[in-house]
Amino acid sequence: MASKVIHAIYNDDDILMHAVKQTRAAHYHIEEVYTPFPVHGLDKVMGLEPTRIAITSFMYGIVGLCVAITMMNFIMIEDWPQDIGGKPSFSYIENMPAFVPIMFEMTVFFAAHLMVITFYMRSKLWPFKKAENPDVRTTDDHFLMAVDTAHHDIDKMSKFLQDTGAVEISIVESDDDH
Amino acid sequence: MNYTLPSKLKLFAIILMVLGAVGIGAGFLSAPGSTAEVKEMMAAHGDDHGEASTQSHHTAKDSHGDTAHSASHDASDEQKHLEHTLHQLQNRPWSALYVACFFFFMIALGALAFYAVNFAAQAGWSPVLFRVMEAITAYLVPGGIIMFVLLGLSGFHINHLFVWADPEVVAHDVLLQGKAGWLNGTWMLIRAAIFLGGWITYRHFAVKFSRAGDIAKENDYSNFKKTFRISAGFLVFFLYTESMMSWDWIMSFDPHWFSTLFGWYVLAGMMVCAITTIALITIFLKSQGYLEIVNDSHIHDLAKFMFGFSIFWTYLWFSQFMLIWYANIPEEVTYFMTRIEDFNLPFFGMLAMNFVFPLLLLMNSDYKRVNWFVVLTGIVILVGHYIDIFVMVMPGTVGKSWFIGIPEIGSVLFFLGLFILVVFTALTKAPLLLKNNPFMKESKNYHY
Repeated sequence: MASKVIHAIYNDDDILMHAVKQTRAAHYHIEEVYTPFPVHGLDKVMGLEPTRIAITSFMYGIVGLCVAITMMNFIMIEDWPQDIGGKPSFSYIENMPAFVPIMFEMTVFFAAHLMVITFYMRSKLWPFKKAENPDVRTTDDHFLMAVDTAHHDIDKMSKFLQDTGAVEISIVESDDDH
Repeated sequence: MNYTLPSKLKLFAIILMVLGAVGIGAGFLSAPGSTAEVKEMMAAHGDDHGEASTQSHHTAKDSHGDTAHSASHDASDEQKHLEHTLHQLQNRPWSALYVACFFFFMIALGALAFYAVNFAAQAGWSPVLFRVMEAITAYLVPGGIIMFVLLGLSGFHINHLFVWADPEVVAHDVLLQGKAGWLNGTWMLIRAAIFLGGWITYRHFAVKFSRAGDIAKENDYSNFKKTFRISAGFLVFFLYTESMMSWDWIMSFDPHWFSTLFGWYVLAGMMVCAITTIALITIFLKSQGYLEIVNDSHIHDLAKFMFGFSIFWTYLWFSQFMLIWYANIPEEVTYFMTRIEDFNLPFFGMLAMNFVFPLLLLMNSDYKRVNWFVVLTGIVILVGHYIDIFVMVMPGTVGKSWFIGIPEIGSVLFFLGLFILVVFTALTKAPLLLKNNPFMKESKNYHY
């Protein structure tokens, strides 16, 4: 079933924030908001759930730490025992200070890279993916709020959105399921 | 709104000071006066570490048959050991006083630097906290005077805290002779006077302009501009003098040893403690119904700084440790040898308190907004950084004879009482929100 969606375009992030608040207060359903840059606090105003990516980042960091410990233990202690700093103890724990920078770097490396990859996968982004934003101006200087018409009166809604400060209103058939 | 000092808090502070003074007094009175007393103390405490080993030494030598020689040798050795311990025990109450005095002084100094940073950076979130910071820096004057007196007593060898101040030691020490041009009582006191004078002068004018802003015309930002200018100048002065202060007042306890990032290391600890104290006092005032304009986002930012500076402190601690550990050069590594061997628990314990604890408790964004979490972490951080100063000072003054007992706790209580009294009295002197700061509106509406 193809339902209709209203695209309201704004040219200022403060006006957009107010519009989002008003639209939600009027119990219209906002499908998505497209912005050229991250708008601070927009997620809260839209009522999006807090991100859980920080938790995954923490877990990836711990994985990285474990990898570093295992790796350095194998390379420097077991496989080819090294005399580190003139202290040939051949024990991981006694040589630990020398491995701390590697442990730190691997923690950061794993946390950062895996977090970015998780973000891409979760946002369904991959190379050569076709852009989803309905209007190219949202990559430049305009903000677009897509509101689901559902069973509401379209004229009334257009009028309402006009009053929230939209510079342009267009009604489009929603043809996909995003 | 003006803050009124509750009589209960004033009484509490005075009780702390009296208890502390009793503890300090007891510490000085119980310090041994002669080697005979040290011997008695060791026997009475059952702490016969030295005794037992000397005795077993005796019997072993006896069985070898050169009694006469070993007995006289051991006797002089034992006498030396007793004298050494005597000096350490006599140093103990002085060191305890010094550590506590420096610890609270450094909180005030760190708060002053943080205040200046906020002005120089034209920070928009913090102006609602400026009066709290100004009150904390009020401790700079009494704390600085006590610090100066203690430095004078140590620098002119009234007590034995600084080995370099002892002419007899210097006469037999080539390295100390080489450093005598810098490390001598007069020149150190002149430097201390310059440092303290500069810091207190900046504080005087910053507070003066801040008060003048209260009675100035609406939207008259001239006072803010003045503070902005002197803050930038002060920060340059501060970074040089803070570094030198840390060499003079802390690093010279181990005068043979040196580290080029010591000033930064002390600065990082100072900043954590200062920001923690700002957070604790703000939360306390909020719980009393003051500072209603301060919201969770301000606490969140303070907690971020606590977290960040804790990590920064650890980074510097580790940078200093790892290079010295790796290179393993005898004259450098001795610093950490004494700390790991004789101060194992406080040395590694403070690392857990100052790094692992804030790392895990304050990592989550939401926890930084939970006030009791911030208070809990803050108290652990403050205790941890007291121990940090303790471990920096004590090995050079009391060595193996360290203990956290009546003199140490007494000193902390005394200076804590004085700190509370001075800071909270200073809070009553001006409204808790300043006026005519161009960032005040932003700070009031600050929301994360």
